[in-house]
Amino acid sequence: MKLLISILLTALLSFALCIFLPWWSIAIAAFVVAAAIHQMPWKAFVSGFLALFLLWSGVSWWISAANNDILASKVSMIILKQQGSFLLVLVTGLIGGLVGGFAALTGSLARKL
Amino acid sequence: MRFLFLISAALATLVLIFLLNTREFLPAPLGKLLSPQHGIWQNAEPIDQAFNEDLNLPGLKGKVDVYFDERLVPHVFAEQEEDAYYVQGYLHAKFRLWQMEFQTHAAAGRLSELLGEGPGGRILDYDRNMRRLGMGWAAEKSVQEVEKSPESLVQYVAYADGVNAYIDQLTEGQLPIEYKLVGYYPEKWTTLKTALFLKYMSYDLAGGEDDLEFTNARNNFSKTDFDQLYYILSDSLKPVAPNSSEAPYPAVAAMDLSKPALADSIYFGFRNDSLTRDNTHRPNPENGSNNWAVAGSKTKSGRPILCNDPHLGLNLPSLWYEMQITTPNFSAYGATFPGSPNVIIGFNENISFGFTNAGRDVKDYYEIEFQDDTKTAYRYNGQWVPADKRVEVIKIKGEPDLLDTVTYTVFGPVMYDETYRASEKEIRNLAVRWKAHDPSNDGLAFYGLNHAKNYNDYLAAIKNLTCPGQNCIFASKSGDIAIWQQGEFPAKWQRQGDFIMPGKDSSYAWKGMIPQIENPHMVNPARGYVSSANQLSADSSYPYYTGNVFPVYRGYIVNHYLDSVTQADPVFMQKMQTDNYNVKAAFARDILLRVRTTGLDESSIKYLGIFQQWDNRNEKDAEGPTVFNLWWAALEKATWQDEFDRVGVPLPWPGEYVLVESLHKDSSYPFIDNITTPNKETLEDLLTTSLKVAADSLDKLAANGKLAWAKAKDTHISHLLKVIEPFSRLHLPVGGGKGVINATTGDHGPSWRMIVHMTDNIEAYGIYPGGQSGNPGSRFYDDSVDDWAEGKYHTLWLMKKEEISDPRIKWTMHFRKA
Repeated sequence: MKLLISILLTALLSFALCIFLPWWSIAIAAFVVAAAIHQMPWKAFVSGFLALFLLWSGVSWWISAANNDILASKVSMIILKQQGSFLLVLVTGLIGGLVGGFAALTGSLARKL
Repeated sequence: MRFLFLISAALATLVLIFLLNTREFLPAPLGKLLSPQHGIWQNAEPIDQAFNEDLNLPGLKGKVDVYFDERLVPHVFAEQEEDAYYVQGYLHAKFRLWQMEFQTHAAAGRLSELLGEGPGGRILDYDRNMRRLGMGWAAEKSVQEVEKSPESLVQYVAYADGVNAYIDQLTEGQLPIEYKLVGYYPEKWTTLKTALFLKYMSYDLAGGEDDLEFTNARNNFSKTDFDQLYYILSDSLKPVAPNSSEAPYPAVAAMDLSKPALADSIYFGFRNDSLTRDNTHRPNPENGSNNWAVAGSKTKSGRPILCNDPHLGLNLPSLWYEMQITTPNFSAYGATFPGSPNVIIGFNENISFGFTNAGRDVKDYYEIEFQDDTKTAYRYNGQWVPADKRVEVIKIKGEPDLLDTVTYTVFGPVMYDETYRASEKEIRNLAVRWKAHDPSNDGLAFYGLNHAKNYNDYLAAIKNLTCPGQNCIFASKSGDIAIWQQGEFPAKWQRQGDFIMPGKDSSYAWKGMIPQIENPHMVNPARGYVSSANQLSADSSYPYYTGNVFPVYRGYIVNHYLDSVTQADPVFMQKMQTDNYNVKAAFARDILLRVRTTGLDESSIKYLGIFQQWDNRNEKDAEGPTVFNLWWAALEKATWQDEFDRVGVPLPWPGEYVLVESLHKDSSYPFIDNITTPNKETLEDLLTTSLKVAADSLDKLAANGKLAWAKAKDTHISHLLKVIEPFSRLHLPVGGGKGVINATTGDHGPSWRMIVHMTDNIEAYGIYPGGQSGNPGSRFYDDSVDDWAEGKYHTLWLMKKEEISDPRIKWTMHFRKA
């Protein structure tokens, strides 16, 4: 339950902060939620990772679907050197997830101090 | 222990964020770029994006309504004229901000600042080339001119305000994708930036010359050889404005154009020194265009039809942006330049207008003698005259700034000196005298044309155009047609400025400008049409020298069609504008068919057969054009390359008509002999060897399935940042080519095709190879490319205010003052 709430809260807070702040504010969101909601550090990592993975891949997938993947197929050629808008969505989720996960881990460890 | 974990986790997070936020370690800041709320995903425009908006902006005077049609062409209706330019600036920025700024950075020599010095220092060298040519200096001077004209100033300021109103409200997410990928941010727009953009067009259209190469040619060939290789008047020439009783040339020049004393020995002296610089930054020599207007006497409707297709580098986002501007004073429609106010090529309710490049040589070099190495003074008219210095600060991404000091003389900037060498062997100080350096307010020409109601208004408007010189074509609803080769052109003696000139006194300086009234022109000629296709404007009876490199074949075929047509209509004009007939091939055919079939190998015979069957049309699927082009190129090489190799320095390649005409005149043309062999070659020998050379290349093309002309030519429209291939459109199935009305080559061609029928409710057609949005993530980025490639047209709609409920209108923007 805590895991689910953490994921939801982290994703929501990340989305809200990113309206006003740079992209790395997702780390603040993950840190704050992990510090507020007590979980084992590895669980905090998982919830931070999943929150941002789902948020970033979900939002980018949503945007790309509305765009018929016009841009994603071009940008994946530039960044990943291969055709594949879905791959770009996955990479997007992975990058968000990694930052979210490590920030949440930090938050959880900070709380224990 | 726990503390250590915490520190490690915190550090890992920070390092990760740092890595994903910079370009220092990863090639791209992936976090920043891929953040769905900030990065590239924000540029993925929904397919069903609605462009409706209500905007309250400071700086507006009244109401402006913008109606977008289904192709995203804005029809702007402004209550106050200056608001129209404000909104034009806003819309240019909204749809094309990145390109308009990038082009002004290119004009100003600031690309290294964004992109670094480039492989082999190429980008930095480009920047230095622009700086040393004085692009910034020239743009600053034209800003001063603009400030002297109240109507221009209001217009340029309103335009800049409109661009800035858009920039001011930009969020990180809305930034055009190129800014995100390269990693920089737009600057505020200024009148200087508009001036830089217009100077860039001057550079593109009036910045080309081969003076250094011609100097080499003069120095290294005998006079006889030189005259055979680089003669000026082609046999097939049909000048833009022939000398006729309707518009006779001036009998004599308005000023004394006698050559300087001793010119024959000093200037035309064929001596043996040479310059080794191979300038790779020159504007594309194919920058040119077609335009023609036929009178009512030659059309089905009895009304004039005007056509124009400017041939420029084909890029995405496109150079052009289509729009309508309507104010209480005028209603104009056509192609606009993002970066500049006004409609540039188009029409209004009364007249239509278009341009082709005059191609006159308005850029010359003078050899400067400095008093000493400090270059503080130079010899001029027997005295040491102090020189000015301008320090160009070139910022280079990731490197310290480069300070490039350019010395200015009475002629202009010393472009080449010991820091920017024209020759490896010796230091040559070459100052450049360029018409685009003179103060002018050329934008006023377009302002005037947008407002023009008749021939007199047109003539008054184009008089503001000084550089680049253009063949300005005109047609009116009332039935007038006209063409003026307009610009402020230096009055030159024969071959003045083709070579580097002595700069130690004023004797070689331009003697003045040709009076405007003496510019070649035709108004309502009896033949019923006016036309131009970058050929020489006038024949040899014109008392001024007009330059040395001009194409002939497009002008020839355009006039051929227009001479015979009697019942022209827009459909005929569409066919003509996309016509693929190759005049050069027709003229060269009998020469190539003299090839002896004995001794030809199997594949040569096969390709000869293809050529024999070919109808001289550069259609996309035809194989004949591929054979002809490679064979003819090999024949030219076989004829001249041996002599050119012996010279061993950069030389201009002779014009497109030279070999055809030379071989027709003299089949024992002296250059036929290969000087590296003991034998004396004949034309038949060269035809055989060149066909064999071509056949080898053709075999390779055939093996890759690329024998069809469109595949061999491989027309592509590259994104302005040449490295971003996925933003380009490659391998387009297009015919045409050099010297053909449909002048589409690999990366160059008709950048806007327009046909305007001057009926009561103007009937007009147009298309450009791009789309209205500059965003590669928009469906409007390249939605016209395929239609353009197929030779199709869109109907251009000069909308009236009462048509606001027309089903073609899809979105509306309302601008109100804040």
